[in-house]
Amino acid sequence: MVQVGLWGSLKAAVGGVDTVEVEAANIRQLLNRLSEAHPGLAPVIEKGVAVSIDGEIHQDNWFAEIPPGSEVYVLPHMEGG
Amino acid sequence: MLDKAKDAVIDREFKLVGSRPVRPDGVDKVTGRARFGADISAPGMLVGKVLRSPHAHARIHSIDIHAALQVPGVKAVVTRDDFAENAKHKDVLCNVMARDKALYEGHAVAAVAATSAAAARKALKLIKIDYDILPHVTDVDEAMRDDAPLLHDDMITSGVDPAPEKPSNVARRFEFGHGDVDDGFAKADVVIEREFKTEAAHQAYIEPHACLASLTEDGHGELFCCTQGHYAVRDICASLCGLEVSKLRVTASEIGGGFGGKTTVFLEPLALVLSRKTGRPVKMVMSRDEVFRASGPTASTSSSIKIGATRDGRITAGQGEFRYQGGAFTGSPVQFGAMCAFACYALDNVKTVGYDVVTNRPKQAAYRAPGAPMAAFAVESVIEELAVKLGIDPIEFRLKNAAQEGDKSSYGPTFPRIGLIETLEAAKAHEHYSAPLGPNQGRGVASGYWFNFGGATSVSLNIHPDGTVALVVGTPDIGGSRASMTLMAAEELGIPYDKVNCIVADTASLGLNETSHGSRVTFASGLATIEAARNAKTEMCARAAMIWEISEEAVTWEDGHAKPAGANAGDFEPMSLADIAKIAEKTGGPISGHFEKNPAGAGASFATHIVDVEVDPETGRVEVKRFTAVQDAGKAIHPSYVEGQFQGGAVQGVGWALNEEYVYGPDGKMQNAGFLDYRVPVCSDLPMIDTVIVEVPNPGHPYGVRGVGETGIVPPMAAVANALSAAAGVRMTELPMSPPKVLRAIDDTRPSIAAE
Repeated sequence: MVQVGLWGSLKAAVGGVDTVEVEAANIRQLLNRLSEAHPGLAPVIEKGVAVSIDGEIHQDNWFAEIPPGSEVYVLPHMEGG
Repeated sequence: MLDKAKDAVIDREFKLVGSRPVRPDGVDKVTGRARFGADISAPGMLVGKVLRSPHAHARIHSIDIHAALQVPGVKAVVTRDDFAENAKHKDVLCNVMARDKALYEGHAVAAVAATSAAAARKALKLIKIDYDILPHVTDVDEAMRDDAPLLHDDMITSGVDPAPEKPSNVARRFEFGHGDVDDGFAKADVVIEREFKTEAAHQAYIEPHACLASLTEDGHGELFCCTQGHYAVRDICASLCGLEVSKLRVTASEIGGGFGGKTTVFLEPLALVLSRKTGRPVKMVMSRDEVFRASGPTASTSSSIKIGATRDGRITAGQGEFRYQGGAFTGSPVQFGAMCAFACYALDNVKTVGYDVVTNRPKQAAYRAPGAPMAAFAVESVIEELAVKLGIDPIEFRLKNAAQEGDKSSYGPTFPRIGLIETLEAAKAHEHYSAPLGPNQGRGVASGYWFNFGGATSVSLNIHPDGTVALVVGTPDIGGSRASMTLMAAEELGIPYDKVNCIVADTASLGLNETSHGSRVTFASGLATIEAARNAKTEMCARAAMIWEISEEAVTWEDGHAKPAGANAGDFEPMSLADIAKIAEKTGGPISGHFEKNPAGAGASFATHIVDVEVDPETGRVEVKRFTAVQDAGKAIHPSYVEGQFQGGAVQGVGWALNEEYVYGPDGKMQNAGFLDYRVPVCSDLPMIDTVIVEVPNPGHPYGVRGVGETGIVPPMAAVANALSAAAGVRMTELPMSPPKVLRAIDDTRPSIAAE
């Protein structure tokens, strides 16, 4: 199981908790299963999010591996200047 | 390949990387030959002009274009009726051409194509629009009030539980943090709370937006435009105009500055639709007035900061509420402000909340480290104030609390290898930090952070028969990146810098490339360049192996030559890249290297700035006397352009700190839409910006690169405010710190004088 940290605005969609657990070996599985388990997250995920795995930020990178025991955060989609 | 590259990082000796050769685009730029957005023409070309709303907020009842079409030379007029609804790019469409309402002064409401600019302008005057003028709001705090004029009747704040029942101007709420801030503040010996405001600053690129569009009736289009991301322009325009992506070829011109402001579209869809309607190419160029009124500045903000610390200088809690207005549409960068605000510090208790607010202003566009500078201005001002109150040296105070590898960031993830402490130590050791100050002078310090990221990237590298190399990238060169890419390719191939020619390809010639933003180009295009070169080297080794009739594994690449890997491989004369290229046709065909990836691992960059200012107590004028920018570049590929990025960020930050602002009248109209009244710093306003490049290699890049384009604008406003505070004994909490505000603050400290 992967413990997933969510930025605060997503708490509302998962019953007010900071972290949720899903079974996922890569980012695609992570996002799909988060959307299935917490339908309130689906629109945000569909619009675009970034995922931090052990401090490395991934964007639109479905098959990045999530090693067991990784620290995982779902973050807002990154933009820059 | 990438994992191997990670292992190989860093301790290698470079031959070219780190040198400062002349940039490949230099001659064209100093001779005026470089083609910027407005520098291209086409046979039969028409001139396109835009009619813009004179009202800050108005419902558009009707648009009558009949008289305009009668003007001799006018070939077409387009309005909202010429664009189909588009769910995916709803806000972009509404921004490039108003729908039911004009949402800000300058909002496009119609566009004309004519055989001359005079005819187009005459036609604009004859377009009759029936407006119903509505109440407007341009201030972020006023826009959040319950009784504020509503921009969008259907805007329900997201990120709030339970969801509000009524619409408001607050589009989104974000929250980040960990720990218990109340508990942290209870443990503090000193707590400081402050309110801050910053005004919108424009990216103020020298080159206005410009494009030339040609779109035939059968849906084939070409677009030449100044942009940081021609692939994004292609995708958005194809969607808005109902085109197949492959039939719209977009070429990025040279770019006269972007800084984030050229990451979206303004004129391009209008020019394409006008071209389709007229069957002729259409060229459109914004005036400076239009650039200010209708293209994106950054957000204006207000924020509330509270930080507590113990007597010995340990921060116990940090809290911030950030309110950013991003113009008339959702999308202010408040989430990044809330994420970056406390990123420099390792905190047990931290909480930030951000509100994304809409107002009757132009839709904001990204500006260097979007959202971070405003938050850093607020937080770093309070950090400095705490240090002074505690009697601790400001850099020492930051060092006591600085984030480092293994610390949980204020927005969640644990930091990998980062270089904040190295920038603080370099700043502390710099001669500037201990240099004497004159009368009315003060010194300030501030640190800043930006994430950096990768993004879709594609590079091709072609080995030519004469031993030269074409390097084909898809990221517009907004800061000397062709020089950096050329250096990396030449380094990897082991050939001279001048044997590599780097070009930015059009959208039909190379796979998808994300926009040049997020400080990603030297990291991502650089990584792809190195990997493409490695792939070409593998093929060149294979060709040499065929000639020598040995296995490919027995050949290695060294100093620009294929060589037998060892004594057992045989005794063969090394073959240079030119030797192999010359006979490539006979050994299997042309040799190229390609690389496509959406790389992660962009290393974050931290900076620490030291600023000396002198305040004139009689006028409130603030002069920057000395400025030193220290920043982590991971590895500086071309140090001159790394320094240039540090300096550019510092200068734009000084402008934002002291002069630049959107001034609105009570009618909601911008009062200073020109460079005479919107004052950016020029050379005569500033000292030389000194730079120190810190190199804490990024393990995510083969050469250790961290992006450097954005972090440099994060610290300056706070650093200037802190210097001003030290010089004049006043704590400025509103930007810009223009002379009237500074004088008022100084006068307020002299009650007897103020009373006279």
